[in-house]
Amino acid sequence: MTDSAIVVDDVSKRFRLYHQRNQSIKAALMRGGRASYEEFWALRDVSFEVPVGARFGIMGTNGSGKSTLLKCIAKILRPDAGRISSTGKLSALLELGSGFHPELSGRENVYLNGSILGLSKRQLDARFDEIVEFAGVEQFIDQPVKNYSSGMYVRLGFSVAINVDPDILLVDEVLAVGDAAFQDKCMEKFAEFRRAGKTVVVVSHAMGTMRTLCDRVAWLERGNLVEVGRPDELIDRYIDEGHSSRVDAEGGSQWGSGEAVLSSVAFIDATGQPITKVRTGDEATIRLTYDAHERIDKPVFGLAIETLEGVYVWASNTRDADYVPDCIESSGTVEFHIPRLMLLPGTFDISASIVDYSTTHVYDFRRHCYRFDVDHGTPRESGGLVSLGGEWQNLRSTENT
Amino acid sequence: MTAVTQLRGSRELLSNLTMREVRGKYKRTALGQLWSLINPLAMMLIYTAVFGQVLKIQVPPGHPSGLKVFALWLICALLPWNFLNSAISGGMGALVGNANLIKKTYFPREVLVAATVFSWDITLLTEMGVLALVLVAFGGMPLPWLPLVVVFIALLTLFALGLGLALSVANVYFRDTQHFVGILMQLWFYATPIVYPITYVHDKAQHLKARGWDIHLEFIYRLNPMERFTAVFRNLMYDNRWPTLGDSLYCVGAAVISVAIGYWLFMRFEGRMAEEL
Repeated sequence: MTDSAIVVDDVSKRFRLYHQRNQSIKAALMRGGRASYEEFWALRDVSFEVPVGARFGIMGTNGSGKSTLLKCIAKILRPDAGRISSTGKLSALLELGSGFHPELSGRENVYLNGSILGLSKRQLDARFDEIVEFAGVEQFIDQPVKNYSSGMYVRLGFSVAINVDPDILLVDEVLAVGDAAFQDKCMEKFAEFRRAGKTVVVVSHAMGTMRTLCDRVAWLERGNLVEVGRPDELIDRYIDEGHSSRVDAEGGSQWGSGEAVLSSVAFIDATGQPITKVRTGDEATIRLTYDAHERIDKPVFGLAIETLEGVYVWASNTRDADYVPDCIESSGTVEFHIPRLMLLPGTFDISASIVDYSTTHVYDFRRHCYRFDVDHGTPRESGGLVSLGGEWQNLRSTENT
Repeated sequence: MTAVTQLRGSRELLSNLTMREVRGKYKRTALGQLWSLINPLAMMLIYTAVFGQVLKIQVPPGHPSGLKVFALWLICALLPWNFLNSAISGGMGALVGNANLIKKTYFPREVLVAATVFSWDITLLTEMGVLALVLVAFGGMPLPWLPLVVVFIALLTLFALGLGLALSVANVYFRDTQHFVGILMQLWFYATPIVYPITYVHDKAQHLKARGWDIHLEFIYRLNPMERFTAVFRNLMYDNRWPTLGDSLYCVGAAVISVAIGYWLFMRFEGRMAEEL
């Protein structure tokens, strides 16, 4: 293994839960000292190392201490015991745009926030255009940021933070910002990061994100480190142990018994690369990648499409389509081929599942696991969700001549 | 020494935050930065009316400048005081006011307090510049003394910074610090010879001594570092002469001790700040 970017050495963090908070001297005097509080260990003797260039995930349920750990790494919180050392410049994407001053313009805030994150004026001058373009707020850059929409605010915050060009990037569930187009840009930026050999630490309870993004994960439970390891093994065990049903960051959720899981669901192009944009009338393929940990007889794969507003547009499964394999035993893929995609422009979410032949036992269900955009294509129809592919014809006058 | 190197490392941040404070201060006001001149002018007029006209406080003429204008004599000490007052109350609130920033990002937190204090320096420097011109118009000659004025402004800044650092952490743990300090500042204002000359204290001490109360009133009184700063600024701006060595050294000492203790306290309590806010 190469050098470590972050070393977490026997770290413990204790919080005080105040019964009655004294932020007044009177209260302190009357109680004869500091407020009464209970101690609570958010982290207990956690040790691990993050190698340089790793995409490291920290997973755990709510309250497992994963965000606390991230804040300790970011030096926002100071551990009560143990040491954390990191090499290289560190940038944390915790709450985007939190350093913005509402009365100042976007331009002034970029410089201000950039310098909080450790950029010099010269570096900011050089990156300014890139930052603004990335955020897509060119027209509004000289407006006070209080006039920004929340999306613009977050985009600009993200853009500054990611353009700091850190050696280590800490990300806390903020991948779900902005619209699909912006998310694509973010993912691209992360990929760029990866290629440059930078270290990324992600905290998430979205298992899909973890699987695709990380090459190593740490599993925290109630402040204790359960294990550090490869994501596929660890995530499967994590799901097996009943942490499998919860709402993830994207508002999707996942549940199931986990004998077989869907490791990815995506639209793919002719070369097999995942795409998030298709055109009305295009030929398209949805590929499901599964991992079966044991032999499963007659599994049924299902797919459903909903709009962002939750309108149920379409669904299909391999049982209804009479395409049921006798069994699956290891990993593999199955595809749903669409000769002409009859959805009109909009953004849609895919849900996917593996269930048993009776469709009552769920092995893995991923709600809203993939989001895609449909752009104008042919046929070009005016509105609604689906294209009927019809044509106007037979204009004739009924008046007798 | 680490404090200095760290502060140098975040110089860019410091100057940006300072400018944020300066720009944010009078944002969306029609008169903008002019307010920083109007405020002391209004205070000067009020105090001159009350103390100069109604109470008829007698001030010694400037020596060797020969100036004898109560309003000018007053404002030479009022401006540094206003700076101290604003810097302390601003610096004290800097952490609580930027709670969001502290909880979400890491950077040397003392920069927040320093930026607030320094933003008032900009105000003070402008005011002193304008005052110097006014003094010239009235026949004084403060211009050769301006470099020394800047030196003492720097000392006063360190003094205020130390207090600001200490009080800002205190304010995180006890929010009524700011109200308490508000009252103390009023007391401190009248305990410092700003609206009346130090000779009044001297006379009072003599008076008490004559009646058998030898309590070293003047000695105790002059322990107040702001008394020394006031004397020095008046010497330089109003009288146009060298401040006494004793006063100057006292100012240096007060600045160094204040900033050392303030910084030490700040560092001691900084660790748990993010969770206490």
